[in-house]
Amino acid sequence: MTHDAPTSKGTIRILQLYPRDMNIYGDWGNVLVLKQRLAWHGYEAEVLEHNAGDAFQEDVDILIGGGGQDSGQVVIQEDLQANAARLRRLAEDGAPMLVICGLYQLFGKFFKTHDGMLIPGIGILDIETHGGSERLIGNVVANSEEFGEIHGYENHSGQTYLGPGVRPLATVTKGEGNNSSEDHEGARYRNIVASYLHGSLLPKNPAIADFLIREAAIRKYGSFEPGNLDDSLAELARKHAGARPR
Amino acid sequence: MSGLSSLSVPLGKAVRALSRLRGGGSAFPGLVVERIDPGFMARALRDLPRGVVVVSGTNGKTTTTKMVVELLEGQGLKVFTNRTGSNFTRGVAAALLGDVDWRGRLKADVAVLELDEAHAVHFVNLVPPTHCLLLNVLRDQLDRFGEIDKTTRLLEQIAVKTTGTVVLNREDPRVASIASSVKNATVAYFGLNEGLRDTFPSDDELRGATGTAPASRLPADVVLETVDSNTASFSMDGESSTVELSLRGVYNIFNAAAALAMARVVLGKDARREALLNSLAAVEPAFGRGESLVVDGQPLELVLVKNPSGFRLGLKSFDATGYATMIAINDNYADGRDMSWLWDVDFDTLREAGVDMVSGVRAYDMALRLKYDDVSVADIDTDTGSALRTFIHSAKGRPKRIFCTYTAMLAIRRDLSRITEVKVVS
Repeated sequence: MTHDAPTSKGTIRILQLYPRDMNIYGDWGNVLVLKQRLAWHGYEAEVLEHNAGDAFQEDVDILIGGGGQDSGQVVIQEDLQANAARLRRLAEDGAPMLVICGLYQLFGKFFKTHDGMLIPGIGILDIETHGGSERLIGNVVANSEEFGEIHGYENHSGQTYLGPGVRPLATVTKGEGNNSSEDHEGARYRNIVASYLHGSLLPKNPAIADFLIREAAIRKYGSFEPGNLDDSLAELARKHAGARPR
Repeated sequence: MSGLSSLSVPLGKAVRALSRLRGGGSAFPGLVVERIDPGFMARALRDLPRGVVVVSGTNGKTTTTKMVVELLEGQGLKVFTNRTGSNFTRGVAAALLGDVDWRGRLKADVAVLELDEAHAVHFVNLVPPTHCLLLNVLRDQLDRFGEIDKTTRLLEQIAVKTTGTVVLNREDPRVASIASSVKNATVAYFGLNEGLRDTFPSDDELRGATGTAPASRLPADVVLETVDSNTASFSMDGESSTVELSLRGVYNIFNAAAALAMARVVLGKDARREALLNSLAAVEPAFGRGESLVVDGQPLELVLVKNPSGFRLGLKSFDATGYATMIAINDNYADGRDMSWLWDVDFDTLREAGVDMVSGVRAYDMALRLKYDDVSVADIDTDTGSALRTFIHSAKGRPKRIFCTYTAMLAIRRDLSRITEVKVVS
């Protein structure tokens, strides 16, 4: 490979939502994977953060949000509601987004806690979440037509039910996924990938990372020219993860 | 005492003797005595002149407990502790069976017990401690507890049951918040000098937070003021003392401040400062925790890593320059099955020297993590035994360091003695 004068294919701006309060399950890994893969694909990556109280930066190309403690969800609630219209506009415009666990729930219509309290979401996703008495914890393997086999780890007490406005991300073959009564995991809407899986999701699922990158490049530059990436380590990590106990 | 309970000690001791003959588990006799005589532990521990000390937190319990025990022994106290490393209630009961007389009486001045945060709640309901030392709430074992806020609530229950003094880490916001729930005990703190705050990021500061929180204004009985390699200075009663420790690793040195604070609470006005500092200097690492060995004439260090904060501090404590490095990551139940935490550790410090060997069940997860931090990996082998042989062979003539999760550490410790002669330095 000759990289004497690498010409950047463009700059992709990643906005991490609420890293201060919603980043407890290795969500940084998802940001790092996007950042590095963008570089390997020949793009410049810029990572921005949005925390509660910050001015919202709308000129962004990929949005990414993670999970947090229940207490973290309370902290961001007001700010998230204040920025709901902006986030919806970006979503409807096809901005790729990855929302995991806590922000997956809050991107939906509501979270009804186990003791009956109703936490409103921002309704971008046609889903609702009900607090359960059991916690769903463990390794997960799920099959997606779009992305192949997905590997991750779940840790949530909310049980999420999908409405007709979204489709499931994948069908679970090991673990629970969205809830304990149905066999699907996560949700897909426009260019949003929503999931309960962390672990982190993107390192072992580069197909999802590249989907977000591709959609971002197409939305901004009209086309995506992938680089030649070696994902053999990710393949081996997937193989070993799939063989582990729940 | 009547009925079964009068027989529980002899019976428990007999079970203990039998299970020792069979080479069996250390906790089983404890389970037997708990079942037939639930009041056994409370009776054995209630009359100790200096009380019952419980040490808990997500990280550093074993080494900190060892430090508190040795600090108190250095002051001439006879200390009972659960040395077998079984930090569940039945482990304490089993350890007691070995030390009580046939009538169930314990000859000791004080008990210092390491308790697992989940099982501690069960224990303190049976035996309210006179003192407790709560170290930290770090982001490991989320697969066990779900949320770290929940872990805080577990530690809070220990504090609520404590009758004398609760000693808290003022720098950990979750631990410090427990003070407001303590009604029946006094609260004391250990802490850090402002200049050291960014060396020990709290769990909330690992990612996303802009900078570290300002130093706490809470008054602390013991403050860790400076750390330079193994030399640390502690401030107590406005007076600063410098100690050269046998322990390595900055996390151990912060826990030394915790142990000093706890020992001073137990001793009260009887505390002799010089002797405390001498005892602290002599404390050696607990099994598998920052141990230094000699392998083929070169030092080999085992560094136990269980969560992002611990791994970060481990990388920060030990300079990679000149060292051959191996990392072994397992995801067995005792390690935690969730691998997410590897993504909250920065591996930049290994970039220059690279990593010689990555091993363990989740070797490929680890290697993938290193790849995304641009750290080169020379070799990957999921089998810790053969990985260790290759590592020792290829790193001949160089000092070695192995970062490993708990079950990987046990396997490596066992295999080391098979592969080569192992001399324990500290």
